[in-house]
Amino acid sequence: MPPTDTTPDAPSPKKEAAAAVLPRGGAPGIRFEKVVKRFGSNVVLRELDFSVAPGERVTLIGPSGSGKTTILRLLMTLEKLDDGLIWVGDDTLWHMEKGGKRVPANQRHLHEMRKRIGMVFQQFNLFPNMNVLRNLTEGPVRVLGLSRDEAVERARGLLDMVGLADKIDAHPSQLSGGQQQRVAIARALAMEPRVLLLDEVTSALDPELVVGVQDLLRDIARESDLTMLCVTHEMGFAKDISDRVLMFDQGQIVEEGPPDRIFGEPSEQRTRDFLQAVLAS
Amino acid sequence: MTVDWDWSYTGDILPDLLKGLRYTIIATLAGYAIAIVLGMVWTLLRRTPFAAVNQAVRWITEFIRSTPLLVQLFFLYNVLPSWGLSLSSLTTGIIGLGLHYSTYTAEVYRAGIADVPRGQWEAATALNLPRSRVWLDVILPQAVRRVIPTLGNYLIAMFKDSPLLLAINVAELLHEAFEVGSKSLMFLEPITLVGLLFVAVSVPSSILVRRLERRYATY
Repeated sequence: MPPTDTTPDAPSPKKEAAAAVLPRGGAPGIRFEKVVKRFGSNVVLRELDFSVAPGERVTLIGPSGSGKTTILRLLMTLEKLDDGLIWVGDDTLWHMEKGGKRVPANQRHLHEMRKRIGMVFQQFNLFPNMNVLRNLTEGPVRVLGLSRDEAVERARGLLDMVGLADKIDAHPSQLSGGQQQRVAIARALAMEPRVLLLDEVTSALDPELVVGVQDLLRDIARESDLTMLCVTHEMGFAKDISDRVLMFDQGQIVEEGPPDRIFGEPSEQRTRDFLQAVLAS
Repeated sequence: MTVDWDWSYTGDILPDLLKGLRYTIIATLAGYAIAIVLGMVWTLLRRTPFAAVNQAVRWITEFIRSTPLLVQLFFLYNVLPSWGLSLSSLTTGIIGLGLHYSTYTAEVYRAGIADVPRGQWEAATALNLPRSRVWLDVILPQAVRRVIPTLGNYLIAMFKDSPLLLAINVAELLHEAFEVGSKSLMFLEPITLVGLLFVAVSVPSSILVRRLERRYATY
């Protein structure tokens, strides 16, 4: 059994540490154009249109099965697009130009596009066969071509920021859920993405560990200019970090607006019902 | 009925039997090396996007798994030379054991890979790791670790199948026992010793496999 966090409130990252390690500049916007995603006969996203400005923080809320997570998974290329276009900056994610025509992306195009995007998962998904340091250096060394020393230095800076500098040699199984998730956040940031996708990152955590991870993400939101898309059921957290909230139902946006209005005075009945259900749970 | 056990005869034949045991162990270890490498090759070939390769490997391994090892050994020993491929009986035996068991280790690897959670593949994609690194650094280390105990059990199973090499004249343990027995026409001691020597190797090996199992249960 993994040890529990003795300090549920993770130390807030030192601002200088965060400023030193967080990537800055060039965060792209995102645009979905008539995006369709089906699983078998089940249409999860139907001609979805929406956009996110460069550096904007957007939270997706809605009942399960409403397509929120699918949006993040399409952006991370974990699911294939069925129809429509997804723009990341000035380029389409799933398509490329060839001979003046737009054709489906090949692996090289996807590889290039993925460099801009990082994702943190509900189940952390750290590599259990590697220690914390190697989890953080594997990508920078193998993908970004950093030297081992540069990668280690970057990893140390990030671990410092997430308050786990002393766990650098630990294996994921020796960490609590909250610590694992903080390492997973550091691992995503080590790739210097310009877009960060957060998929229910605190849902799998014991309640007392949630705060530490949320505080860390709040700091990252404040200290970086990343474009962030966040799926969460934690409404307080959503309110803190988002510029805008999108309420989804059945693959469509039901309502959108600044968090104060969506959570304070939603105009749609479905949003009110959903928020009530979440608060009751 | 009394059984006369001749201790001095036992002492006389023991060196010959130990020599046989040496060949048994050589054949097992060399065959096992082939089985664990070739099994991985089968598994990876079955995952190639080329349907023809995929299907060919599927049928080859299915065929080998569904025919008796003894028949395969006879085939390799008696048919290959007529195709101009002459190998020593020991080499033939090693290849036979390795080939046969590779189809089992292939299944073991396949199951091990299938057991690696989908989230590991997804995290590797999110980190943009190239395909080769995903396999070498993330998936295979986890998959192989999960199947080490099963692979260990196949080593012991293979060891116990090695007397079949008698059929193609490999001077392994059982072969040597028959040899000395037919000279003196006393079979009780050599055949009993064969059993005891197998136990002497198998039991410690099983204990070792259990230990590996415990050791690799967690990271």
